[in-house]
Amino acid sequence: MSATFLLDGRAIPFSEGQTILQAAVAAGAYIPHLCFHPDFKPHGSCKVCTVKVGGRQSASCTTAAAAGAVVESDTPAINAERLALVQMLFVEGNHFCPSCEKSGDCKLQATACDLGMVSPHFDHFFPDRPVDASHPDLLLDFNRCILCSLCVRASRDVDGKNAFALAGRGLRTRLIVNSRTGRLVDSDVSAGDRAVHVCPVGVILPKRRGFSVPLGRRVFDLKPISAVADASAQIEER
Amino acid sequence: MTPDPAEAAATAMARHRHDPHELLQVLREVQESCGWITPEAIDCIQARLGLPRSKILGVATFYSFLHINPCGRYRILFSDNITDRMLGNQVLLDRMCRNLWIERGKVSEDGLVSVDSTSCTGLCDQGPAILVNGIAITRLSEARVDEICDLVREQIPVGDWPAEFFRVDENIHRRDVLLGTPWLPGAALQAAMARGTEALIGEMKASRLRGRGGAGFPAGLKWQACRDAPGKARYLVCNADEGEPGNFKDRVLLATAADAVIEGMTLGALATGAWRGFIYLRGEYRFLLGHLEGVLERRRAAGLLGESILGREGFDFDVAIHVGAGAYVCGEESALIESLEGKRGTPRNRPPYPVTHGYLGQPTVVNNVETFASSCLVALKGGAWYADIGTRESSGTKLLCVSGDCARPGIYEYPFGVEVRQVLEDCGARKTKAVQVSGPSGACVPAAEFGRRIGFEDLPTAGALMVFDESRDMFQVARNFVHFFAHESCGFCTPCRVGTSLLTQMMDKLANGHGSPYDFAEIEKMNLILQSMSHCGLGHSACNPVLTTIAKFRPAYLRRLAHEEFEPAFDLDRALGAARQMTGRDDPAAHVLPEEAT
Repeated sequence: MSATFLLDGRAIPFSEGQTILQAAVAAGAYIPHLCFHPDFKPHGSCKVCTVKVGGRQSASCTTAAAAGAVVESDTPAINAERLALVQMLFVEGNHFCPSCEKSGDCKLQATACDLGMVSPHFDHFFPDRPVDASHPDLLLDFNRCILCSLCVRASRDVDGKNAFALAGRGLRTRLIVNSRTGRLVDSDVSAGDRAVHVCPVGVILPKRRGFSVPLGRRVFDLKPISAVADASAQIEER
Repeated sequence: MTPDPAEAAATAMARHRHDPHELLQVLREVQESCGWITPEAIDCIQARLGLPRSKILGVATFYSFLHINPCGRYRILFSDNITDRMLGNQVLLDRMCRNLWIERGKVSEDGLVSVDSTSCTGLCDQGPAILVNGIAITRLSEARVDEICDLVREQIPVGDWPAEFFRVDENIHRRDVLLGTPWLPGAALQAAMARGTEALIGEMKASRLRGRGGAGFPAGLKWQACRDAPGKARYLVCNADEGEPGNFKDRVLLATAADAVIEGMTLGALATGAWRGFIYLRGEYRFLLGHLEGVLERRRAAGLLGESILGREGFDFDVAIHVGAGAYVCGEESALIESLEGKRGTPRNRPPYPVTHGYLGQPTVVNNVETFASSCLVALKGGAWYADIGTRESSGTKLLCVSGDCARPGIYEYPFGVEVRQVLEDCGARKTKAVQVSGPSGACVPAAEFGRRIGFEDLPTAGALMVFDESRDMFQVARNFVHFFAHESCGFCTPCRVGTSLLTQMMDKLANGHGSPYDFAEIEKMNLILQSMSHCGLGHSACNPVLTTIAKFRPAYLRRLAHEEFEPAFDLDRALGAARQMTGRDDPAAHVLPEEAT
C-alpha cells in the first residue's frame, strides 16, 4: 500500500525516498522538466519543474514526495514563470531550431512550444561558443547547451568515465571535456556511451545520422511533450 | 625565479596529505608559487590525487582568484564595492592602466601585469583598496598608484614593497561587551568545562544567541541538533567567508580577537563532540593567514587545542584554516561545505541541512566568526546575563561595519536595538540620504526611517552599514549591487545565472538613458522569478536593491526614463563604437546622427 500526494488534483502514488517529479514521471503525469531524467540522480538546476507545495515554490525533481501533500503544477502563474525560464535558456545560448538536426526530438524546443513560447522576449546574449568536430563519430555543438549536466552525470555514473564536467562560474559556466587538449577526440568517449545519448538538446550529436528520421515525424512533431510525458528512452534509442 | 609547477604541486599535495578534498587548497598554493595553475601542475595533481582533469578544471575555473592561463606576474585587482567607487577607485584604475599602458582586464604583452576589478575586499573603511597577487593594499591615492606602477615596472617583488601600503587598521570606534572584554585564552573553556557539556548547551539556549551571519538561527539549537544527529564524526566550521559588500567585522575580529573566535569553536566542539574544525577564510583575507596560524600554534602549545584539551581525556579537537579563492556564494553554508570538500562552491539541495549532513556527509555546525566569539561571553558570564543585553528577539550585541559618507568609518559595537540615527550620529555622518543595512541583499533605509532599529525584529543585518549622503545617486548604488550579484552568481540554476545578467542589462539600459516604465514592469517580473525559482539566497535577493530603491528613491529612476511607454535598448551609434575603435576614427562622420538613426 503506497502513499499518495495530489498533483493538480490527481492522486500520485510514491514510494519512500522518491521526489515529487520522480513519482509523477513514474505515474505518467507530466511536469515540465529539462535537467531531470528518470535514470539519473536529480540535479535541480534548470528549475523548469518548479511546483508549488504548501504555498512555497520549489523544484519538484529534488523535493521529497510527502503523503497528502497538495502540489500545484499546471497553473497559469507557474507556467508563465516556466516560460520565462525557457526563454532565458534560449537567449543565453544560440539556438537555431529550423536548421538544427535535433529539431523535433529536442526537449527545450518541445517544452517551449508546449508552454506557448512565441518569442525569445529577452535580449539575446549571443555567446561565442565554438563547436568541437574533432571526434570521428560525434559532434559537440556547445551553442545549444543548457547546462543540465545530464551528460556529466551519465558519463560519471553509468559510463564510469568522467568525460564531461561543468567549468567556469555564473554566466561563464560551460561544459568542458576531460582531455588535456580539451578536445573530444582526445577523451575516452565513444559513440556507444550513455553520456552521448542523454543530451536533451542538440549538444552531443552522432555524425552522419542527422536526418535519418525525417523532420515532421519525430517524437515531438507527432505529440506535444506534455502528452508523451517522459520521452527520454524513445529519443535515446535513435 | 618561478618554481617548477610540478614541484610546486607535489609540495602542496604533500602538505595536504594527498587528500582530494583539499583540492582547492592545493590549487591555491600552486597559484601562489607559480602565479597561475599551469597544465603541468594539473597533470601532476591529476595523476597523484586520481581526479579527472575536467573536475580539476571545473574547480579551478569556478573561483575568481584562480587562473588556468598566464595572468601577469603582478595581478592587480581593484575592490569595486560602491564605497570604493565613492572614494574614486574608477579614476585610480584608469590612471594605473594608463601609466602601465595596458587595457583593463588584459595581461600586458610582456606578461608582466594585469589590472582588473573584483568584488568588495572587506576594506571599505580604508578604501579604495586593491589586491596585489592576493594581498590587500589600502588607502589608494594617485600618488600611491604611481608608486605601485614604478614598483611593477622595476619588477620589485611584492614582499619588498613599502610596509605602509599593506597597513590594515582596525578602526574600532565603539566597544561593548564583545570588543571590550579582554580575552584570556582558556578562561571561557575552563568555565564551560566546570559547568559541564550539557549545561553549556543549556546556557547557549538560555542566552538566545542567534547566528551573526544574518539569518539568525539560534546557535544553541544548532549545537544541540548537531550533537544529537547520528554520524561517524562531527565537524565545526567557522564561516569567515565574509563576502557581503560593506562587511568587514570578521576581518577585525580575526585580527584582534582570534583567541575568542577559536575558543568559541572549541566550546562548540565540547558541546557537539566535534573532533575537527575549519576556519573558512575568504581569499581576500589571505593576509591574516600567518597571524591565525600563529594563534592556533600558541593554543596548541597551551593545551587549548589538540589532544586532551585542558587535560581532559578524550576531549580532542583541532582547527585547520581553509583559504577561499574569491567566490561570494561560498558564504552560503552548503556551498561553503562543497568548497571545503574541494569542489565547486555550488549550494546544495536542502534539506538535508548541514547540521545532519554537512562536511563529508557528517553532522556539521557552521557558525559565523562573531557567533563563535560571542559564545565565549555566554560561557564566561552565563546565558541569562547575555540574554539581558539587547532586545527580546535579538539578544546581545552586534558589530556594525560603517562605511561610506561619514567622518569615522569603522567598527561600532552596540547592543541590539540601536536606532540607525544613533549610529549615524556616532560615526559623524552628515546630510545622510540613505543607509544600506546588511549589504546589497539587505535593506535600503531612507532618512525618514532612521528611527528604525538594528535587530531581527526590524532591520536584521550581518553587519554592513553603508552610508550615502545627499550627493549620491541611489540608482547607481543599486546598479553596482546588481552587477555584484551577476558577477557572483554561481551559475548553477537558470533563473539566477541568466536572470541576474538580464537584470544588469536592464539597469544598464536605464543608465544609458534608454529606460521606460516598461522596464520597471520587467524588473518586477524578474524579481518574482528570482524569488520563487532560484536555488539559493543569492538569487532570491538579487532584485532587492533595485526594488527597494525604486520604492524609496523613485525620482532617481524617473530621471532616466526616455519614453513614457517603451524605449528599445539598442543604440545604433553605440553599436558602431567597436568599429570606431578598430579604425581609430572618432570624427563626426563616424557617428550616426540622431535624425539618421530614426
